[in-house]
Amino acid sequence: MTDLEIAKFFAGIFILLGAFLSLVTAFGLIRLPDVYTRNHAASKSATLGVMFVLLGTFIYFYFVENHFNSRLLLGIAFILLTSPVAGHLIGRAAYNSGVKPTDLTVQDDLATAKKTLAAMDQQK
Amino acid sequence: MKTNDVILQTVTKVTLFIIILFSIHLFFAGHYYPGGGFIGGLMTSGAIVLLLLAFDIKTVKSILPIDYIKLTAIGLLFAIGTGAGALLFDMPFLTHAYTYVNMPLLGKTSLHTAVLFDTGVYLVVIGVTMTIIQTIGESE
Repeated sequence: MTDLEIAKFFAGIFILLGAFLSLVTAFGLIRLPDVYTRNHAASKSATLGVMFVLLGTFIYFYFVENHFNSRLLLGIAFILLTSPVAGHLIGRAAYNSGVKPTDLTVQDDLATAKKTLAAMDQQK
Repeated sequence: MKTNDVILQTVTKVTLFIIILFSIHLFFAGHYYPGGGFIGGLMTSGAIVLLLLAFDIKTVKSILPIDYIKLTAIGLLFAIGTGAGALLFDMPFLTHAYTYVNMPLLGKTSLHTAVLFDTGVYLVVIGVTMTIIQTIGESE
């Protein structure tokens, strides 16, 4: 195989993997029971999926078209930074507005922490 | 209970520079690639809006002590000034000129008066968006 074919192969692999991970995200959003598990599916696998697609695109343009596109690399770094934080903020907003987790949940550390904090406030 | 915004504020401090760099890139690449004053200004004001979301309005005012209405006026002056500058050289209004200059670091660069016009657009877009958002945010 020539270098060009190897580059095209890897670009295709990365893009297919990213598309597959985005599909996994969509299935997770449909099938998971509550907002927290859906948030988990959406913020993790979608991030990695989009990053893989961008990486595949970058490899394609760099090796096949000889064009170094730094915006794609910046986009990868930007999505890696921001999309988990967006997930965190959505989850926190849901929790603070009183959305209950699914009945399958066995542990809620934040609720107990909030209770002890409230108890400490009352003792003062 | 006071909410703790450490994660949002830390990420804002990092991403703010990426967004502003990208908006400046869009602004300067506008002549040869997609981009320009409008989208660059919108993205810069987007960065300031991110600051407003992560911090409160007083903090942002102390970080960026800019009167956005004056910024809009300066932008309009830039646009009219570059247009009227053509009249001084006996050319129709809004005629633009360009030249190639060998800059010390950048090499052969084309300097175009349309960039000055675009600077006006950039400043007006930032000024108008931030005025709209801040006046809505301040009213109770």
